[in-house]
Amino acid sequence: MAVEAEAAARELRATYATGKTKSFEWRSSQLKAIQKIVSLHSDEIVEALRSDLQKPEFESVVHEISGVSASCKLALKELNRWMKPQKVKTSLITFPSSAKIVSEPFGVVLVISAWNFPLLLSLDPVVGAIAAGNAVVLKPSESSPATSSLLAKLVGKYMDASAVRVVEGAVAETAALLEQKWDKILYTGGGKVGRIVLSAAAKHLTPVILELGGKCPVVVDSAVNLKVAARRIIAGKWCANSGQTCISPDYIITTKDFAPQLVNALSAQLDKFFGKEPLRSKELSSIVNIHHFNRLVKLLDDDEVSRKIVRGGERDQSNLKIAPTIISGVSTDSLLMDEEIFGPILPIITVDQIEECVGVINAKEKPLAAYLFTNDKKLEDKFVRNISAGAMIINDTVIHFFEAGLPFGGVGGSGMGAYHGKFSFDAFSHKKALLKRSFAVDISARYPPYTPGKRRFLRAVVQGNLLDILRSLYSCW
Amino acid sequence: MAASVSVSVVPAAEGLRAVYTSGKTRTYEWRVSQLNAMLKIATRHEKDFVVALNSDLGKHEHEAFIHEISAVTSACRMALKELHRWMKPEKVKTSMTTFPSSGELVPEPFGVVLVISTWNYPILLSLEPVIAAISAANAVVLKPSEVAPAASEAMAKLLGQYMDASAVKVIEGGVQETTALLEQKWDKIFYTGNNKVGRIVLASAAVHLTPVILELGGKCPVIVDSDINLTVAVKRLISGKWGCNSGQTCVSPDYVITTKPFASKLVDAISSELERFYGKDPVNATDLSRIINSRHFERLTKLLDEDKLFGKIVIGGQRDKTNLKIAPTVILDAPLDSLIMTEEIFGPLLPIITVNDIRDGIDLITSKEKPLAAYIFTNDKKLKEDFVQRVSAGGIAVNEVTIHLTDPALPFGGVGESGMGTYHGKYSFEAFSHKKPVLYRGFTGEISARYPPYTTRKLKFLKAAMSGNIIGIIRALLGW
Repeated sequence: MAVEAEAAARELRATYATGKTKSFEWRSSQLKAIQKIVSLHSDEIVEALRSDLQKPEFESVVHEISGVSASCKLALKELNRWMKPQKVKTSLITFPSSAKIVSEPFGVVLVISAWNFPLLLSLDPVVGAIAAGNAVVLKPSESSPATSSLLAKLVGKYMDASAVRVVEGAVAETAALLEQKWDKILYTGGGKVGRIVLSAAAKHLTPVILELGGKCPVVVDSAVNLKVAARRIIAGKWCANSGQTCISPDYIITTKDFAPQLVNALSAQLDKFFGKEPLRSKELSSIVNIHHFNRLVKLLDDDEVSRKIVRGGERDQSNLKIAPTIISGVSTDSLLMDEEIFGPILPIITVDQIEECVGVINAKEKPLAAYLFTNDKKLEDKFVRNISAGAMIINDTVIHFFEAGLPFGGVGGSGMGAYHGKFSFDAFSHKKALLKRSFAVDISARYPPYTPGKRRFLRAVVQGNLLDILRSLYSCW
Repeated sequence: MAASVSVSVVPAAEGLRAVYTSGKTRTYEWRVSQLNAMLKIATRHEKDFVVALNSDLGKHEHEAFIHEISAVTSACRMALKELHRWMKPEKVKTSMTTFPSSGELVPEPFGVVLVISTWNYPILLSLEPVIAAISAANAVVLKPSEVAPAASEAMAKLLGQYMDASAVKVIEGGVQETTALLEQKWDKIFYTGNNKVGRIVLASAAVHLTPVILELGGKCPVIVDSDINLTVAVKRLISGKWGCNSGQTCVSPDYVITTKPFASKLVDAISSELERFYGKDPVNATDLSRIINSRHFERLTKLLDEDKLFGKIVIGGQRDKTNLKIAPTVILDAPLDSLIMTEEIFGPLLPIITVNDIRDGIDLITSKEKPLAAYIFTNDKKLKEDFVQRVSAGGIAVNEVTIHLTDPALPFGGVGESGMGTYHGKYSFEAFSHKKPVLYRGFTGEISARYPPYTTRKLKFLKAAMSGNIIGIIRALLGW
């Protein structure tokens, strides 16, 4: 596997050196190839996602396939504009001159994907890498093997193998890849491996984008349209891969007084969405594997937690399914509030005053997303000003992911860097500063021998003070 | 010894975090007060800095003012002028997918940041990142380079005197202090220096998932074509090399590439302009900075004295060990595997490599690591285009050297081995800000297609909505 990693890096580097991937034609041909993959093979993709995650067809199509398709479409539409150098207005100091910022690819990049949205989180970064003119190696997650193998097959079939390669495998293959030198790495996954990726990248001074996770809080104020709020929370939690989503609501904060109403509303909507026997619903993803299933069940069966379950708790080990579960009145030092849950369990923390939510959230690592349901402008303002997160939504959950005008990424423990839309192109581009001057005007004040007169002149130029410039021009050097 | 170093570093870092958490640094007023304090330091104490730079580097007052102090005051003034605009959230037009909604990007500080500076422009490379950090509302620790002790001491004293010490601290020291600092958790680190220590900084940052800006160096090449205004080109070349701290500058021309027939003309032109600038005894010219210390002096003389360079020194070569001075030196056709062509020179030695076809120069450059800057002197439009297209570098200047970093409209930073991230102008503010996207929705505009039970019709609608396909949306809504 070390051989495969090394060969991939070497071959792609040779291809990149030819300049092939920089042309507009190559980039758009590859973007079109990705579009073909998701449109001509959507049935196989849905099948693979079903095999890996029991993901409902609806989620597969709306979250993953449409997501990739929309990214390709946007990139193809905007590529010319994105590739154009950006003219920049220069200052007096460099007068006369012209300047631009030129976007160029980093070179050969590595994308390491995750298992929960194995198609989207593989191809979306690849779209960005290609749009920016890089050669790219994609390492899909081994925890979603059907999708991984399908990606290897389809990318191998439709894309330019001399510059776009899928390398499958697990820990050993990933380690082998991380030993190679890459010009940029984009990693999606957990903080522990994120640190390993950063350490490996440090050896080669490789810049890295880390899309990690965190505990995404949802604060629910009382004077809200509770039905709509409940539906939107459910959509972001259980309609997104059974809560196995980096931006899923992880926990709720609401007031002690309001909690029972909120629980009732969530319960009522859950009935509407998944019926009375959610474990049998085809519209709920299963837990990805037995390891995560056991992890979640352990959380559920903790004494402190199990007696506070107000909804759900049922599980079906043979199908790796856990029902939508809500736990109310959880304390901030419970096991559930320790790590990112990444599953269909939703704890509710209750406070006396809703403003206390800021303290609760800020006591933890900065999350990838933070949500607030409220009609109170003051609370909204306080929330936005005082809490740092990768992103925020007021009165909804997760939907910012599909807004191409917003950069998607974390801060602090939830990651670094961002992508989506134009930010994907920027993520994989080096913005090279370019200054052009002619030989015409040459200011001898720069040159030795250094004299006070020259200094006076330069001081005036630096301060942009036209009068002083003229004055000093009249004194002799 | 290490324990006592940690003892002072840890409470400093913790203290800053408590102050940051109080929200003090977030206000416009605090930021402005600190920027004004910094402006006072740079204007009232210009002389103190000039003296310190002369002591540390033998830097002439002219360079001290133009390269360092004036750049600090310009950065302060620009930040003060633009701060309101930079702090304002940037509205984002939202699409059909999230309709109805509005969006904005809200800049916020990272929190508590660490700036590690270097010795060659010790005032500039300490204070400019600090100005950036402050304007973005971070609390900041500055670790100046111990290799420039007078500048380090001056900054510790003046920042301690004028700035809000609860949120802006200078921690002086050497390797131990830096190591102790790197063990703490920072919300961002800004490092200027070499790529060996850059790797250490990145590795330490990895432990805490801290994002890092690295301003490193590299071998900045200059291609000199034949059909140009040679006098102007050479003056600019000299000014960027020897007029910038005797070549001890990350963006100084490191080596020159020109064609074999043109080389002697180039050497002659350099020789005569050098004499015009520095006189007949350049080793003793006061306009030239000295080499920073004996360690670097030894390093540079070792480069010069390598056997491979024997007989190839065409200008200069004189040195004065007592005063740590080396004359402007030009070497013609040093072998590509010589030490001087493999390491970053960072000194007053300029190799000229000759090629048959000027275009071969681009191949030579691209065979090496990406430099912080790359330069070309030419009037040939095609060659210019080729150079810009094929040479990847932090920044490129055509018919000029080094001056591109003085323009605040251009981002300044490296790529590959020369670094990551940028600053200057508004990029400084952005370097120390997290741009947080916020999406605002109301409770109206419910898209029930999102919710289970999932139907084909809902699917059709969502697919259309996601691709902005208005007709598709209408059709789905009508049940077609």
